[in-house]
Amino acid sequence: MLPIAHFDAALIARGLPLLLLLVAVWIGLGLIGLLRPHSVRFVARVVFPLGAITCFALGAVAAHFLVSSHAPEVMTLPLGLPDLPFHARLDPLAAFFLLLLGLAGAGISTFAVGYFRSGQGTAPGLHCLQYHVFLASMALVILADDAYFFMVAWETMALSSYFLVTSQHRIPEIRRAGFLYLLMAHIGALCILLSFGVLQGGRWQFTFDAMRGALLTPFWASAAFLLALIGFGAKAGLVPLHAWLPEAHPAAPSPVSALMSGLMLKTAIYGMLRITFDLLHIRYWWWGVLVLGVGLFSALFGAIFAAVQTDMKRLLAYSSIENIGIIFTGIGLAILFAACGLPLFAALALTAALIHSLNHAFFKSLLFLATGSVLHATNQRSLGKLGGLIRRMPWVATLALIGTLAIAGLPPLNGFVSEWLLLQSFLFTPQIPHAFLNMLIPLCAALLALTVALAAYVMVKFYGVIFLGQHREPSLVHAHDADWMERLGLAWLALGCIAIGVMPQLALRVAGAVTGALLGQAVNLSSPFWWIAPIASKQASYSGLILLTGIVGVVGITFVMVRALAHGRIRRTASWDCGYPWQTSRMQDTAEGFGQPIRHMFGPFFRMERELPAPTDTTPHYRIHIEDRLWRALYLPIARYVQRLADWIGLLQGGRLAIYLLYSFLTLIALLVFVR
Amino acid sequence: MSALTMVRQFGEVLLAIAIAPLFAGWIAQCRAWLQNRSAPPLTQPYRMLRKLFHKDVALATDASPLFRMTPYILFGTMVLAAAIIPSVATDLPFARVADAIALIGLFATARVFLSLAAMDIGTAFGSMGARRDMMIGFLAEPALLMVLFNAFLLSGSTALPSVVEASTAHPFLIDPSLVFAAVAFLMVLLAENARIPIDNPATHLELTMIHEAMVLEYSARHLALVEWSSDLKLFNYACIGFALFLPWGIAARGADGALTLGVAVIALLIKLIVAGAALALIESLSAKLRIFRAPEYLATAFLLAVLGLLVHLLLGA
Repeated sequence: MLPIAHFDAALIARGLPLLLLLVAVWIGLGLIGLLRPHSVRFVARVVFPLGAITCFALGAVAAHFLVSSHAPEVMTLPLGLPDLPFHARLDPLAAFFLLLLGLAGAGISTFAVGYFRSGQGTAPGLHCLQYHVFLASMALVILADDAYFFMVAWETMALSSYFLVTSQHRIPEIRRAGFLYLLMAHIGALCILLSFGVLQGGRWQFTFDAMRGALLTPFWASAAFLLALIGFGAKAGLVPLHAWLPEAHPAAPSPVSALMSGLMLKTAIYGMLRITFDLLHIRYWWWGVLVLGVGLFSALFGAIFAAVQTDMKRLLAYSSIENIGIIFTGIGLAILFAACGLPLFAALALTAALIHSLNHAFFKSLLFLATGSVLHATNQRSLGKLGGLIRRMPWVATLALIGTLAIAGLPPLNGFVSEWLLLQSFLFTPQIPHAFLNMLIPLCAALLALTVALAAYVMVKFYGVIFLGQHREPSLVHAHDADWMERLGLAWLALGCIAIGVMPQLALRVAGAVTGALLGQAVNLSSPFWWIAPIASKQASYSGLILLTGIVGVVGITFVMVRALAHGRIRRTASWDCGYPWQTSRMQDTAEGFGQPIRHMFGPFFRMERELPAPTDTTPHYRIHIEDRLWRALYLPIARYVQRLADWIGLLQGGRLAIYLLYSFLTLIALLVFVR
Repeated sequence: MSALTMVRQFGEVLLAIAIAPLFAGWIAQCRAWLQNRSAPPLTQPYRMLRKLFHKDVALATDASPLFRMTPYILFGTMVLAAAIIPSVATDLPFARVADAIALIGLFATARVFLSLAAMDIGTAFGSMGARRDMMIGFLAEPALLMVLFNAFLLSGSTALPSVVEASTAHPFLIDPSLVFAAVAFLMVLLAENARIPIDNPATHLELTMIHEAMVLEYSARHLALVEWSSDLKLFNYACIGFALFLPWGIAARGADGALTLGVAVIALLIKLIVAGAALALIESLSAKLRIFRAPEYLATAFLLAVLGLLVHLLLGA
């Protein structure tokens, strides 16, 4: 008995081998799926549940590491090239993102059990392989401890997700979205590769440990940082590198959208934090200002564009840009504070960014999966053809409501906690010892508040148009609720949203381990678990649990009092609508209508094409097309330039043997001259 | 946490619930006087509530549970907010549950629920009201945050009890930035509580409605709770304003005997009477703005708050 217990303890004490084992299990599960590639039943009912359990185990091991030791663990793997083995390392930063990956991934995989049906493009077995390789590569990105291993895992992640996105490759738009995604992923990967090239500092050692020791001049440090910002920004969807995101996320099947939006974007956040706070030994204040500016602009841009979308998955994709922007705002603020020698406030801002990453993994996955259920039940993605689903799909509607309130940043759910922490850290920006920054940065807090409030607007639109009101199409009457495995997946994610919301101190402690490792400082972690007071209780405090209990308590008392003192009689009648009896479902606000004030107010952001019917039209037709200005201002010119360059280079291709021989001859001569 | 503080806490909440309709009634009365109409009695809001509670609810056939729950949730959030805001005393067990930023969040929760409920039946006016109300909400939030930033710079805290205690410690030190912030806050208060110049609480013209359009489908006890929570919201906003800008009279920690509490209650009543009359005067003097002028109005509020911030930073530096 005793030796076994001893063995278990030893295994748990070493988290890294266990995590690598779990990653191997994922790859194994993916391969098992190939045994019966066309059996939905086998893949969905056997392999995916095992994958979900593996996810959960991964999250649990990471959580155990975070709350128990935090001492980094390293391993050299017998893989890779000769003389260039793979290194793996588990430290609090990695463990935090593995925790996120495991816990949110468990919900997504559980949902996927019920979601995958036959006849959806790629064969289920192949899909299962791609799915699990995708999960495994994300975990390896986080565990990698040298640039080589990191890039291999990063590319595997990009490719496996490319195949997942294009699983319905017979549709041309999806192929196009996939190509755009692949292109942007590789531009990003190239920048990251170059960044690592700068970081090794001329010593040609690509382990992260060597990079930590490399002493870079300010110029090269800044170059590495900027390359990393572009590279990881392209993956995370920072404006102006965001164009792939609203195309690729809606193209993928819903669990894959959830994985990409909820989890994959977080690997970019991880990479950014790893390079900025771990590998680079110095930070300059203007880096922080840059990240803050880009982050805030992305956040506002995402929120504004989300408000005018009419496709529910595109709306969520733009909302991801917004949330990534908020996370980068936190990171920028942390860099700024850290560079100005205010580590406690840097820890506060970084904590906010980390918790927002965790939150976003939960609520965005939840909402993407809910759109998947809606898609299955109705075959509609356009908001203009949905409506009233709360009556047909009460389970999905209730769970999606939790996600909606959470992403809208409302107390007592989780989205509020991170946004509150971020606003709290903005309050200390007047202490920055720079004459203009200390006046300008506080104003950024107002921009953040605007974004957060706009997000609430967007989410009211999202939920109201899909789930509330009247059916906009007669066929919606036949919509059915999600099956129980889908409900279980959704419920797990909703539970996460509630748990982080009412017990934020737990998330704060987990994030505290990370900030402790990166900045040597953590916010006040001594409060009880239902209470947060990041700096001091006198300064500001918040308790989600008491808030929730308070509201529930008052609601309960009011309900009982109303019934006791008055009565509970109800008469069901037709709706009132100011006495207008002929209302139809077409008279409700549409998605376009809900976006109208935003189009009106933020006009310069959009490129609009509108066809309005004339008053005399007998068959009025209204069409509006909204485009991103950056697409024409930035992407198309670059594409044209590349095209022209390719055409020029194409001139070399004469197609005659003599010309190619001439090239070889000239090259030879040139080399001879050069070598001599 | 002694039994006494709990008693004080419950007393404060009950006081808020009880006098919130009275405050709304007082404003209506002042407005009537200013507009040369014969004023309704002060107790009119209570009579209205009583009447509504005893009517049968006429509920649309396809109303979902969300629609029926929302009035209770609104009432719950507003009562909780009243428990958190130090209107009479600062030493309250609930006061540390949420700071001023979290309070704004709590109000936002109520607004989102009401907007969702307005969209639930699927009528044209309901969703229009929801959209407009959310729009006002996101425009007001930056201004409100800048006001709180001002308060934070003066007191080093966003927790309302600490703000009150910091300013009662130096009762005659009025910072010029506070004047700007106070005007900005007043403008936001008018917008957030659906009052002129953004919305008209007494309107009967559906196309211009914001708040009223959202509650058109409510009846009887649901409507009563919605109205009561609107009154409470106005009361709460007024009390936040008092805590930030006119904290005189609020019983501070350690000095809250029965006498001070009595003085605090009287001070609160006097402040409410004056504030109600002032609100009625503003509403009588101004006209309702077109809905697309609302951004300009709230941008003005925002700029005033920013001005306050800059005044503080420049003068303080």
